[in-house]
Amino acid sequence: MRRGIRRRRDGSYRVELPAEERDVLAALPSQLREALDAGEPTLYRLFPPAHADDDEANEEYGRLVGPGLVEGKLLALSELERTAHATRLAEDELGAWLGALESLRLVLGTQLDITEETYGGFDEGHPEAPRLALYHWLSWLQEEVVQALSGAVDQGGTVG
Amino acid sequence: MSQVVEAPVRRPEPSIEDERLEDRPWVVIVWNDPINLMSYVTLVLQQLFGYSRAKATRLMLQVHNEGKAVVSSGTQEKAELDVSRLHAHGLWATMQQD
Repeated sequence: MRRGIRRRRDGSYRVELPAEERDVLAALPSQLREALDAGEPTLYRLFPPAHADDDEANEEYGRLVGPGLVEGKLLALSELERTAHATRLAEDELGAWLGALESLRLVLGTQLDITEETYGGFDEGHPEAPRLALYHWLSWLQEEVVQALSGAVDQGGTVG
Repeated sequence: MSQVVEAPVRRPEPSIEDERLEDRPWVVIVWNDPINLMSYVTLVLQQLFGYSRAKATRLMLQVHNEGKAVVSSGTQEKAELDVSRLHAHGLWATMQQD
């Protein structure tokens, strides 16, 4: 089976993934939602400070913008959950995949302490090998989504 | 990835004496991080700011190679909005007065 995501002529997207990979995609959002509810410290990467050195301004920024950021990320996660087994996606649905994959990679990458060198690969005997494999698979899939959506942007399709 | 070199944008040097602090423009900075894909950063800059692929790629490479890049500037309100949109897309962005 060919794996990947391609833009179709009608502007929708064809998603070709094995069922077991889709099962993983459908299961990941609830895990991240639980982490969000629990307020796990590695989630800080999802909500960066707006000011490099102004705690007071950051508090205000968090109060004003924080709830909307959480809402947007949760929405993308539930869209991924809902459409994980779809073979054809509308552009906004694939956009939700992009956002959900971004959140999942940011949190997993932070937990795994990913560095630029990590992309060179990892030892199968590594104690975190399963989660590193998951991270690399999510990276591959996000790259597929980016490439599929980039064609539309270059044609002036999506400006969000 | 193709690199297209554009003419640098000249900003007037701020005149220190007569300019009040609150009048100085704000800049939005995107910082390098090891997780975000280069292609993803380019796409987000295109989507959010309407930049051409060439300009978005140039800014992404600046972030990647130099550690940071100014991606937009303007009033405090505009900078706050731009930072929040970048955060909504997972980029590490901050704002400061130029």
